[in-house]
Amino acid sequence: MSALIALHTARPMHRFANPTRFLRIARPATTWLLAIGAVLTAVGVVGALSVIPPDYLQGETVRILHIHVPAAWLGMGGWTGLAVASLMQIVWRHPLAAVAGRAIAPVGAAFTALCLLTGSIWGRPTWGTWWEWDGRLTSMLLLLFLYFGYIALSAAERERGPDGRLAAIFGLVGAVNLPIIHFSVQWWNTLHQGESIELTGTSIAPELLWPLPFTMLGFSALFGAVVLMRMRTELAETKIEARLRRTASE
Amino acid sequence: MRVRSKHQRLVLVLLAMMALIGAVLLAMWGLQDRAAYFMTPQDIAAGRAQPGQPLRLGGMVQQGSVDKQADGVTVAFTVYDGPATVPVRFRGILPDLFKENSGVVAEGRLGPDGVFVADNILAKHDERYMPPQMGNVSAERATEQTLAQ
Repeated sequence: MSALIALHTARPMHRFANPTRFLRIARPATTWLLAIGAVLTAVGVVGALSVIPPDYLQGETVRILHIHVPAAWLGMGGWTGLAVASLMQIVWRHPLAAVAGRAIAPVGAAFTALCLLTGSIWGRPTWGTWWEWDGRLTSMLLLLFLYFGYIALSAAERERGPDGRLAAIFGLVGAVNLPIIHFSVQWWNTLHQGESIELTGTSIAPELLWPLPFTMLGFSALFGAVVLMRMRTELAETKIEARLRRTASE
Repeated sequence: MRVRSKHQRLVLVLLAMMALIGAVLLAMWGLQDRAAYFMTPQDIAAGRAQPGQPLRLGGMVQQGSVDKQADGVTVAFTVYDGPATVPVRFRGILPDLFKENSGVVAEGRLGPDGVFVADNILAKHDERYMPPQMGNVSAERATEQTLAQ
């Protein structure tokens, strides 16, 4: 903690570099994000499970879409955040960047796993298979393994000291997988269908689509809340460790 | 001094990322054919498939071509993609979503007689989702559009 504060005084341009200021904002933000996320997710899940009609072809399995698609977006969004944190750490030496990267990784991995799991459950009745090695499925599985790699690397690096850059480099390099996931369905013939939702419009009927923004925003808010909680936890742990070291040396 | 080194780091990271993305794009471009999950009837018409080699065939099931044979487990149908067609024979259980005018991926081998013998059939779902009453009308319209392309 004291090291973090020392860094801050050296670079006063970072508004959130001061952990105290960060904590002052993060504490109420966690509560708000949790509350908003819980309400939006509840509305979206109830809508997806019991309000929308079944699909003309897939029947009831279409309901999985409202969990699967937000999970996929957040799995990829998590690594995007991780890559931004890595960039902040390497270029601007932002003292909270490594903390943010470590906080994001397990949450992003959880959403990626949820995406793979729900996709598999949807694939069995729809395609007739639990798993196929097509471009989209394989690149998404790779994202999960990249998360595992980042979690292991960043944890090992944290134990060795505050100056590690390896995990940040890994975070930036791993971001190359994101466009591969996104464009896999265009570049290659894949079993996975193409994009249903694009900037120009959607091929999902509105009465089937409406819960998606709710689960999308709800999951995102919960994601943010958990990341803030994990960041606060790590800052508190650093503080305890510093205090213990001081007591021990006295 | 500090500002310059920060800019140097930024430029360095950007250059490294650009080199990396370039390398990956090259690799993807090289993988284009090999990473394809299936071949289309047009690929087979162009002679890109060796008879007897295991491969996946993907395309649309032609309207009116599905022929369930007398033994009850053998089914024959035609897969098309643009103007090219490939006849397929399959013994086994079809997925629920298998139907005419809808996407399919067949795993198997191309026989010397040009008939694709499938060991496994997967239904390929497209990106359209709609409620049942709308489905019949607009699915046909969308299929016509796909065919027209």
